[in-house]
Amino acid sequence: MELAVWTYEGPTHMGALRVATAMRGVHCLLHAPQGDSYADLLFTMIERRPGRPPVSYTSFQQRDLGRSTADLIKEAARATYERFRPEVLLIGESCTAELLQDQAGSLVRGLGLPVPVLPLDLPSWSRKETWGAGETFHRLARALLKPRAPVPGAPRPARAPGQPPRANLLGPIALGFRCRDDVTAVSRLLAAIGVEVHVVAPLGARPTDLLRLPEADFNICLYPEIAESTCAWLERTFRQPWVRAVPIGIGATRDFLAEVARLANEPGVTAAATRLADSATAGASEIGFATGAAAYAPRLPWYSQSVDATYLTGKRVFIFGDATHALAAARIVDRELGMRVVGLGTYLREQARPVREAARQYGLEALITADYLEVEACIAASHPELVLGTQMERHVAKRLGIPCAVISGPAHVQDFPARHAPQMGFEGADVIFDTWIGPLMMGLEEHLLTMFRGDFEFGAEPAITAESLPATAAVSQAPASPERVPDTTAGFAPAVPPKAADEVVNDPIWDPLAENELKKIPFFVRGKARRNTECFARERGIATITVETLYDAKAHFGR
Amino acid sequence: MTLASVPPPAMAEGRQANGSPLETSSPREASSRDLPVVCEGGQRQAFCGLAGIVWLHRKLQDTFFLVVGSRTCAHMLQSAAGVMIFAAPRFATAILEERDLAGLADANAELDRVVTRLLERRPDIATLFLVGTCPSEVIKLDLHKAAERLNQAFQAQAQADATQPNQPIPPQGLPGTTGVSPAGRPRVLAYSGSGLETTFTQGEDTCLEALVPDLPAPPAGESSLLVVGTLADVVEDQFSRLFAELGIGPVRFFPPRSARALPPVGPGTRLLLAQPFLGRAARALEARGAELLTAPFPIGIEGTRGWFASAAQAWGLAADRVEAVLAKPAARAGQALARYREQLAGKRIAFFPDSQLEALIARFLQQECDMEILVAGVPYFDRRLMAGEIDLLSRALPGHPAGSFGVVEGGDVDRQLDTVRAARPDLTVCGLGLANPLEAEGLTTKWSIELVFSPIQGFEQAADLAELFARPLTRRARLRF
Repeated sequence: MELAVWTYEGPTHMGALRVATAMRGVHCLLHAPQGDSYADLLFTMIERRPGRPPVSYTSFQQRDLGRSTADLIKEAARATYERFRPEVLLIGESCTAELLQDQAGSLVRGLGLPVPVLPLDLPSWSRKETWGAGETFHRLARALLKPRAPVPGAPRPARAPGQPPRANLLGPIALGFRCRDDVTAVSRLLAAIGVEVHVVAPLGARPTDLLRLPEADFNICLYPEIAESTCAWLERTFRQPWVRAVPIGIGATRDFLAEVARLANEPGVTAAATRLADSATAGASEIGFATGAAAYAPRLPWYSQSVDATYLTGKRVFIFGDATHALAAARIVDRELGMRVVGLGTYLREQARPVREAARQYGLEALITADYLEVEACIAASHPELVLGTQMERHVAKRLGIPCAVISGPAHVQDFPARHAPQMGFEGADVIFDTWIGPLMMGLEEHLLTMFRGDFEFGAEPAITAESLPATAAVSQAPASPERVPDTTAGFAPAVPPKAADEVVNDPIWDPLAENELKKIPFFVRGKARRNTECFARERGIATITVETLYDAKAHFGR
Repeated sequence: MTLASVPPPAMAEGRQANGSPLETSSPREASSRDLPVVCEGGQRQAFCGLAGIVWLHRKLQDTFFLVVGSRTCAHMLQSAAGVMIFAAPRFATAILEERDLAGLADANAELDRVVTRLLERRPDIATLFLVGTCPSEVIKLDLHKAAERLNQAFQAQAQADATQPNQPIPPQGLPGTTGVSPAGRPRVLAYSGSGLETTFTQGEDTCLEALVPDLPAPPAGESSLLVVGTLADVVEDQFSRLFAELGIGPVRFFPPRSARALPPVGPGTRLLLAQPFLGRAARALEARGAELLTAPFPIGIEGTRGWFASAAQAWGLAADRVEAVLAKPAARAGQALARYREQLAGKRIAFFPDSQLEALIARFLQQECDMEILVAGVPYFDRRLMAGEIDLLSRALPGHPAGSFGVVEGGDVDRQLDTVRAARPDLTVCGLGLANPLEAEGLTTKWSIELVFSPIQGFEQAADLAELFARPLTRRARLRF
């Protein structure tokens, strides 16, 4: 039994509905009690979809359980087929329906409806939403394409002469984080190097489009959480290679272009991809100022090099989200913005391995948890200056008084902006620069604040600061297992372990003069200065912190 | 022509539909007086009773709601509660996992563990509700027994603590209350919010029903009024003032603002329902000796007037005295309502079944705002509770044919959509899942959930209620692209 105040993921059938809703011509009959129809409002309210999601519910109630629910399922399936005439009918079961073991899938298959009926049988008591989405897509592709699989070992037919290389974009679904805009951005990127987008799926695809998947030369796995298993199956079955690089960030987009060019295996594409990749990091002179250019030239590299961005150097960043976005964010933060990753994690257990590997590169232990209270405690303990997370981390950061940008689902109405705001490709990199840097105090502004910190205008402090929270968070928190806490002691700014109530007595006392000196430090670094000094004093057994201790600690910790 | 005059196809082909999902008493197609109510079965588009937690936890400020269910329950609750979840909510879900399903003994042990962890984190909780769900019901996890077990464990712990010195002094319960267990440890109660048994607002019914046994007995011979059903604090205060002016009292409200101050109930208690979905709670209170007054619900000027009049009658007050007290707020409400009536008059409106308030609000919009009601869908129709409404509902008005709108119980969402699409009402009242798709089809909508969360009862709120319906019309008229 898991105590959940808030969850990052819904049940598996929610994942199935996100795939069905993304597609056209697919309908899902969900065997579920009355009340489970709340799922509709996520699509119509959060994503503002103008149509109802393609799902019908059996809406069983107590009185139905006395008799057989089989008739109810069959009746609902017939009515659903008659009304919606889908090209494929998915049969799902919600958590409660799975307990009833009604075999809804077999019952509907037995009706002999004139369309393919695909029972999903997603284990709703052991898996979650994202896995459910990936599995639904995989099963749908497999069910439709298996009859067309070539004999094992048969060579892939060669591309027709004059036919440009074709790629499928796999993974975007409904309620996905910026999927809509990523598809546009990646399609433009591919068009710029002469690669045709053959099928985009699940988003906007019909079942008949899935039948065309094997025609493409290769697949592009945009969101590994959703499309990895399908890409792997297509590779095994149709010898279709796939691009693993996810083009989020400048470096990742350059890797992506190189991988696409390798799989496209076409001199023109290779040349165009190389040219485009190089232009992204070309000298600053023309970047961003050329108008009417054929391909989008990103501004992130130059903005990051400009002296104004110096203030970003070494800023402590805590990253949490789905694996794809968290991994990409870590790379951007570390290499492209010159900040420092002090926490990296995901709520997706299935993707723990790559996140653990990446975290190790940054000298961290990855945080793999679906308990947001644990994430909150880790954020508080690692004293970040910027949090990149989901909407939940945005709320946590707000409470802690730390700037935050959202990098990943679960979906929130704010994640569907009216403007084109991709995360992928060079366009996406610029969106990311603006979105992440925006919440931070700008370089010049920060510099001026330091210069004029005595001025009363700068005296205002946020009501709740990071300084005020860690202790309370620690009290309300069951102790997190030590191996899950990100390693924040490796660097020069030590993390103070959450204070237990009985430890408080050992705290050094502040001399009034030192306390006064502390107040001269700008409020946004004051908390850190206080903690560091106290930690310094505690380690050395200093009972009273004087002005001297303050400056000794400052010299010790640098910065 | 009204839609109700066309027999819906479900009459012939629909699944057998009874009255309330909780009761199987009302015969199909039976009608009271002139009020036609038809029953339909089929696919539902409504929340389950868990949604009630969203407002109950705001009202009962020292309670915590622990839903024992699946990931779907947790996800539903956070989707329905929206952003409120972020403000340290007093509700959570104990998500059952595979190993909990394997053995109930383990599930009980797990539940105890989760409750202990929760209470460590929230020592301020006075009452903990274990809320049953579809899966907890299907696996027959008896939460009432679990609550008993936990209460006994707390009691034993309290006795152990009492023998030890230097224990902190427990917070004192308010005088006359029995709802707090010894030593300030929370009282644990259980109720069902499962979609198998309850629909949307019925979660409040089962929750209040669970509280009834804990209500203290009144002082002997006391004659009091108990207003039953969650109301906004501001509405409660208005009602209290009017009851005081009428000379009716003592008046208490259930649920109270704190579970530490439960109102007494007994043979001298008269019950006045403020919400139309409290059948089980009313029965439980009657079983304690209370008398249920037949009254309309305090929606709109006429409903509110009738509601107060019923109480006044029970107190044997003279009609002219009642009128003298009610005339002023009623006149003020009429004045405030006038400008919305101008805007709403003649407009056609349809209700999808959702909050259980549909029939009352339709009655208000028809009789006091001159709207034309195409159909009022209700999740279920409880004739006993609606007895006082039926008089108003079927009242003949100048210019209105008697009983001129149809009440449809239950219903299949796809067929209801067909009906609405064919009739193209000026305003459609529906749940959040349907609103944007209907707007995209050019139909103006009003979210029904707002009717549950907003203060709409009483004289002073009559115009506010009308405004909720005028706003989407105003908005559509304003937008130009």
